[in-house]
Amino acid sequence: MPSRSNDFVIKIANVNGTGSASANGLLMKAIFRMGIPVVGKNFFPSNIQGLPTWFEIRVSREGYVARSGRVDIMVAMNAQTYARDLADVSAGGYLIYDSTWSRDKQLARDDVTLIGIPLAQLVNAQFENVRARILMKNVCYVGALAALLDIDMDVIKQLLKETFADKEKLIAGNLKAIELGYNYVKEYCDCPLPLRLEPMHATDGYIMVDGNTMAGLGCVFAGATVGAWYPITPSTSLMDAFKEFCERYRVDRGTGKHRYCIVQAEDELAAIGIVLGAAWNGARAFTPTSGPGISLMNEFIGFAYYTEIPAVLFDVQRVGPSTGMPTRTQQGDLLLCAYASHGDTRHVLLFPADPAECFHFAVTAFDLAERLQTPVFVMSDLDIGMNDWMIPKVHWDPKYAPDRGKVYSKEQLENMQIFHRYTDNDGDGICYRTFPGVHARGAYFTRGSGHNRHGGYTEDAADYQDVLDRLRRKHDTAKQLVPTPVIRSKKGVKTAIVSLGSCDGAVREALDVLAREGTEVNYLRVRGFPFSQQVEEFLAHHEQVFVVEQNRDAQLKSLLLLETTVDRNKLISILHYGGMPIDSRGIVSGISDALAKGAAA
Amino acid sequence: MSFMQKPKVSHSQLPRNELGLTVRDYEGSMSTLCAGCGHDSITAAVIQAFWELSIEPYKVAKMSGIGCSSKTPTYFLSQAHGINAVHGRMPSIATGANAADRNLYYVGISGDGDSLSIGLGQFIHVLRRNLNMLYIIENNGVYGLTKGQFSASADVGSKAKKGEVNQQPPIDPVIAALTLGGSFVARSFSGDKAQLVPLIKAGIMHNGFAMLDVLSPCVTFNDHEDSTKSYAHTRQFYHPAVHADFVLSKKPIRTAYDDGEAMPVELHDGSTVVLRKVSKDYNPTNRAQAYSYLHEHQKRGEIVTGLLYIDEDQREMHDISNTVSEALRDLAYAELCPGNAALEETQNLYR
Repeated sequence: MPSRSNDFVIKIANVNGTGSASANGLLMKAIFRMGIPVVGKNFFPSNIQGLPTWFEIRVSREGYVARSGRVDIMVAMNAQTYARDLADVSAGGYLIYDSTWSRDKQLARDDVTLIGIPLAQLVNAQFENVRARILMKNVCYVGALAALLDIDMDVIKQLLKETFADKEKLIAGNLKAIELGYNYVKEYCDCPLPLRLEPMHATDGYIMVDGNTMAGLGCVFAGATVGAWYPITPSTSLMDAFKEFCERYRVDRGTGKHRYCIVQAEDELAAIGIVLGAAWNGARAFTPTSGPGISLMNEFIGFAYYTEIPAVLFDVQRVGPSTGMPTRTQQGDLLLCAYASHGDTRHVLLFPADPAECFHFAVTAFDLAERLQTPVFVMSDLDIGMNDWMIPKVHWDPKYAPDRGKVYSKEQLENMQIFHRYTDNDGDGICYRTFPGVHARGAYFTRGSGHNRHGGYTEDAADYQDVLDRLRRKHDTAKQLVPTPVIRSKKGVKTAIVSLGSCDGAVREALDVLAREGTEVNYLRVRGFPFSQQVEEFLAHHEQVFVVEQNRDAQLKSLLLLETTVDRNKLISILHYGGMPIDSRGIVSGISDALAKGAAA
Repeated sequence: MSFMQKPKVSHSQLPRNELGLTVRDYEGSMSTLCAGCGHDSITAAVIQAFWELSIEPYKVAKMSGIGCSSKTPTYFLSQAHGINAVHGRMPSIATGANAADRNLYYVGISGDGDSLSIGLGQFIHVLRRNLNMLYIIENNGVYGLTKGQFSASADVGSKAKKGEVNQQPPIDPVIAALTLGGSFVARSFSGDKAQLVPLIKAGIMHNGFAMLDVLSPCVTFNDHEDSTKSYAHTRQFYHPAVHADFVLSKKPIRTAYDDGEAMPVELHDGSTVVLRKVSKDYNPTNRAQAYSYLHEHQKRGEIVTGLLYIDEDQREMHDISNTVSEALRDLAYAELCPGNAALEETQNLYR
């Protein structure tokens, strides 16, 4: 077999709770440090210990970030899933197993090379402690892979040093386990394999990070001071990150006092209430959650919309409906969030595609929420939020100043005759607000019940409609303020893809594959709702538009049909909703089949 | 209700407080509640308390949930910001508002439906957080706005206007607050302004969550014979255990009281609340004793009132969170943004 460097997939099948995550992270980081583009996807159960878990590492010279659909090397550490894992290996691939115990001879494939390494035996001979034996077996396969794939051992040693900088004792143990695997393979196997790694310089200036970490960091940079939340997978690590960065950067050196306040609420209803109370009182406040949390928050979301209180919600989407599959990914909350709550409501949504956009859109979300005085949803998902992505380092504009929107200061209030909360002085549907405790003239009563433009209670049809119609105008103003779509197009091409969020990597790879097959397709990635004018124009300029999204009910397509003038016959859905991140194959075949059918007709 | 507009007339002879303001400066808009509603008396007591304390009205944030009680924040302090949350969720709004600015005065008005049914979870958790606020429950045992259903505070055997008899045991906010670690637990009656005003003042100045349950008869749906939340029933079984006198002076005026009977408790800001116990065996700083006293008297059908428990040393939310003393919402952006060098430093950890 000819050697195939820097373009293959390693999948590690394991049991959760065995410490495999850190071993797998070490392996991926080592490849990244060798300058080779890499991406990792963690498929874990909603469980703490004992259930199957997989980690998939795609090494891609070209820098593709989606799953490829192949498995070139399977590390089968879980007897429970062995048969299935063997079946998953692509023809011509390899399967590494622990040869300490005898293997069921029935389980073999002619087109897969089996590599047995007595991992448990090697480790048990060197480690006494039972827990250490479990952990080190995983580190040991990293050593074996290092020999098989030609990973630079110096890189691994350096990584271990950094990881356990304050736990020196662990370095030696981990290194010993690495060497056990490495030396065994060097002695008994042909290595490196034809699938191997060759150093590159394609990761300079990049980091490996997950979206929740970058969103939490974005909240710190946006100047958020109040965070309220109720723990829910897969959003929990966002607040963990915010807390960690606040502890690093927001603690007064002199007094040790915190320039932030995080409240772990009793439920999501309280979490959003806390955000609204804080924002009403002038702080930048946010809550990270997932679909079930949004369902619970619905009443308060409508309240915030109608009373015009800014709020930032991160919906790190997971598989629904109901409890669904909490550790699997989906884009199933688009319609839920676009029109959350009873009555006529409509909300501003942002769609980040990767951790870098999670950082930037966190900041944008606070600016828009305060500019528009309304809830803003950052629609991340489990794939973006919890998996490590390779992204270029983000940069910060030192000239940035938060857009606090229209807020009357003490001096302005001092110099005016009378203040009314809901009068549209500027004609953009956005009114002026005041903060409590600033000036007696700024006082008004915030109510979710019917109110007129002066903020007074009303049951009068005309007064009620006056406010409701202005809210609609305000939402239209948002079209010009949300992030513009990213467009990749060639003149004269009449077929296009419209997609959003974490589909981006798979779509871009599909576009390359299609182009190689001679099919040119244009692409627009939506980044905000309500849709800006460019979305409308892009739809108008194409004859056939494939809408790629990760849910069953074509929710993005539904929004396009509801909120633009597009002819519904133009839109063809390509849907992926099983809970695994989308890959390019379904997109390529969906488009190729449709085009072939069209040509035949 | 009255349809007359209330003119804002300042009578020169009205007494003025330290800020030079009269009681009229602490009023709000005209009440739209039924004539004789207990809630209106509580509103009057709130107005009196803030006026007596000489607190700038605009330094107060007033909030409520949904229900008759929750309408009342519009009837006092028209110069203060107010917010009417969704049903039962005022405690979370109060938590967020207080998180953003710990230096305002927070007063929340709730009802027995709002706090003990739909909002029981939020009520318990805001108490657990020991949020620095005054939390008044205007308790009438009945749903007024939906016309007369029992609430969770209705007593067993109490009869509704249409004759139905309540069978389920009541939730008593005082017992709940005592057992869940409340730092200020009080009960009063809308018909006893002399007791109510000092309790409201002490609650405003208490550094933590001041829970004040006020029996407030509903004249329309729950003031008939066989109701245990009527004016007549409340007056008959009223049992004040502790009288509280609120003293703004830094020096407790102990000489005015008999030593064995009076108990001065210094509040966080240096002011004092002097507790005059009706019963010698009552100790309002001992949670277990307060509980057994209440239990004993309630078995006899008595309604025990007063400042029943106080612990001024319990840490409030910001003390626990170790928040800076300034309002978070007023911090300059430069104090919040770590800047480019920090961003670079943090990102290098992900190489």
